[in-house]
Amino acid sequence: MANKIVPKKTPMRERPAKERRKGYDEVPYGYNDQEAIAEAKRCLQCKKPTCIPGCPVEIDIPGFIKFIAEGDFEGAIKRLKERNVLPAVCGRVCPQEDQCEKLCVLAKKYEPVAIGRLERFAADREASAGEASIPQIPPPTGKKVAVIGAGPGGLTVAGDLVMLGHGIKIFEALHKPGGVLVYGIPEFRLPKAIIEREVDYLLKCGVKLYLDFVVGKTATIDQLLQEFDAVYIGTGAGLPWFMNIPGENLNGVYSANEYLTRANLMKAYLFPQYDTPIVRGKRVAVIGGGNVAMDCARTALRLGADEVRIVYRRSLKEMPARAEEIHHAEEEGIVFEYLTLPLQYVGDEYSWVKEMECIRMKLGEPDASGRRRPVPIEGSNFITAVDTVVCAIGQSPNPLIPQTTPDLKIGKWGNIEIDAKTNKTSKKGCWAGGDVVRGGATVILAMGDARIAARSMHEYLKTGVW
Amino acid sequence: MYKILKREKIVPNIHLLVIESDAIHRNAQAGEFVVVRADEYGERIPLNLVDWNDTSISIIFLEIGTSTRKLAALNAGDELATLVGPLGKPTELTKDKNVLCIGGCYGIGAILPVIRAFKKNGNRVITAIEARSEFMLYWQDRLKEHSDEFFEITRDGTRGIKGHANDFLNDYLKRERIDLVYVQGCTYLTYLCSETTRPFGIRTLVGLNPIMVDATGMCGVCRVIVNGETKFGCVDGPEFDGHQVDWQNLLSRRKIYLKEEVYSLSFYECEKYG
Repeated sequence: MANKIVPKKTPMRERPAKERRKGYDEVPYGYNDQEAIAEAKRCLQCKKPTCIPGCPVEIDIPGFIKFIAEGDFEGAIKRLKERNVLPAVCGRVCPQEDQCEKLCVLAKKYEPVAIGRLERFAADREASAGEASIPQIPPPTGKKVAVIGAGPGGLTVAGDLVMLGHGIKIFEALHKPGGVLVYGIPEFRLPKAIIEREVDYLLKCGVKLYLDFVVGKTATIDQLLQEFDAVYIGTGAGLPWFMNIPGENLNGVYSANEYLTRANLMKAYLFPQYDTPIVRGKRVAVIGGGNVAMDCARTALRLGADEVRIVYRRSLKEMPARAEEIHHAEEEGIVFEYLTLPLQYVGDEYSWVKEMECIRMKLGEPDASGRRRPVPIEGSNFITAVDTVVCAIGQSPNPLIPQTTPDLKIGKWGNIEIDAKTNKTSKKGCWAGGDVVRGGATVILAMGDARIAARSMHEYLKTGVW
Repeated sequence: MYKILKREKIVPNIHLLVIESDAIHRNAQAGEFVVVRADEYGERIPLNLVDWNDTSISIIFLEIGTSTRKLAALNAGDELATLVGPLGKPTELTKDKNVLCIGGCYGIGAILPVIRAFKKNGNRVITAIEARSEFMLYWQDRLKEHSDEFFEITRDGTRGIKGHANDFLNDYLKRERIDLVYVQGCTYLTYLCSETTRPFGIRTLVGLNPIMVDATGMCGVCRVIVNGETKFGCVDGPEFDGHQVDWQNLLSRRKIYLKEEVYSLSFYECEKYG
């Protein structure tokens, strides 16, 4: 590499914080051709790339970047899609800083190559150029696979297996495909048109999609197994947690899932054009410190709140949200109340939440997660006015399938137990992955699980050996 | 899209929809519900399954807000944007007992599959339906077919027993032995009947109708306090022991969006009729 190393990532232009507080348009603009090529040229094209092992779906990272550096954008997207059916999504929501970019050689001395931004660029570039090219699909194997849940995991399994000639049918409970990508992640972080585009690509590859179908109710897994040779369970973490403190069932107290589903899937931000309403609170408290909490807080702001606070029981250092999300939230004026724990919510005479009692915390010894355990500071209680509370403290796997599939082994958190090497469940012909196995994790980990499962499923479909 | 085979106004403001079904009927059981969305802008609302066969399912609803107004405007040949189910836990059926089933409003239709299932299970079924006036009662023949005793109650006395369902319930329980009371209808009816049976110590199952969105356990808006614990109406219910429900909380949670509902309806009417 003859060129001198550029120490910093090519910056990505963003909508100004003041402007975006009011709208649902995506915050970063993405690279243009010149910026992308400049950034791609920062890649050293290592002979033994250290970045690839950091990617749960093992994208040929230097490979696709080389195409961009040479201005061959079509080559770049083709290389990406060999390993990832959702590049426009992953380029936006993957925690690259903890995965591929963390392992980039440049990161030892400088900023790593902006792999995520380049991935996003390649996908968006293809979309803006028109129709995506459909790869050659091998002749049908005659095997049929049911994929439960059209979230990132289900879409990945479908993409991998359809390319191997298997017949795929995805069953989705909601009226739109995408899972958490459509009900959870807001428009300003992941425009819904992108998911539509990526799902559309899979459908053109021959994947069948059955919406409004709740496996466990509309049909059980055993009923599906009468028709299909294999089943993948990717039903996600669909059971919200509450803190079990007084006042949580007052009006105005939401789970993050409800708040985001109303705003995103049901488009309540466009009420009354769309029929689903949402409370447009003026003083909003979001409980929790993950990406979901950031999404809720930024949504509340866009719904017209005067003040939005993130209430988190530990400190910034322990916060699980991505640095970029925290940064965007701060820029937009979200207030962070660290080391604070809600104790109860108090309602008015109409059972609407009006106040929240909290206690300040300090950090004690590390707990099982390795993070320092927050301990209440006695006597530090205080009361603060709120009119909307969003509880974003996590969720557990959706119980509908475990409840209706007696021979599926379930862990103590309601998660489906699997063999980590193959993602096989205890039930013959059934694989599982993503949040239904992990509890609340990330899009890309769900996709990584799906990739492992797809490999094992293909083997089983070929040989019939469980 | 889901094709409507028939839409019929049964009594003023109460409609029956018969919708083509390719999957829902297969696993449907008494006490379960479906979620429907009238069009691409619509809200997801839960409605009781009142009947089904090999090709269709039926629901009954009270025309009251935007979503139900939209449903009421549909006709045979039109399509629904969303139809999903069956959802919820089926009715906990007893065997060889004396069961008194009460239905009011849309609940008159909603008790049909339940009394049918109770009857099939060898129970003695006493059915009572309630309305404000004679012209609001419906489906007497269909309900009688599966009932050992059948009562009609009207508040104005234009037909059958004059009074409220709970007055009838109180009188009946004083003179007859009943093992289980089952109630479907508005929250007020289920509440009143539960309070009436409480002093008698008779188990009372009520079909509740909290607000729902996904109705698969994912969002938690339908939470109901039962025996001091938070339950989800969609996956733990929608039927609960009426003596354990926190009615005050349920009644207030039903009103979360009252203001928006009124606004939405006037918006819809302005858009539609100018």
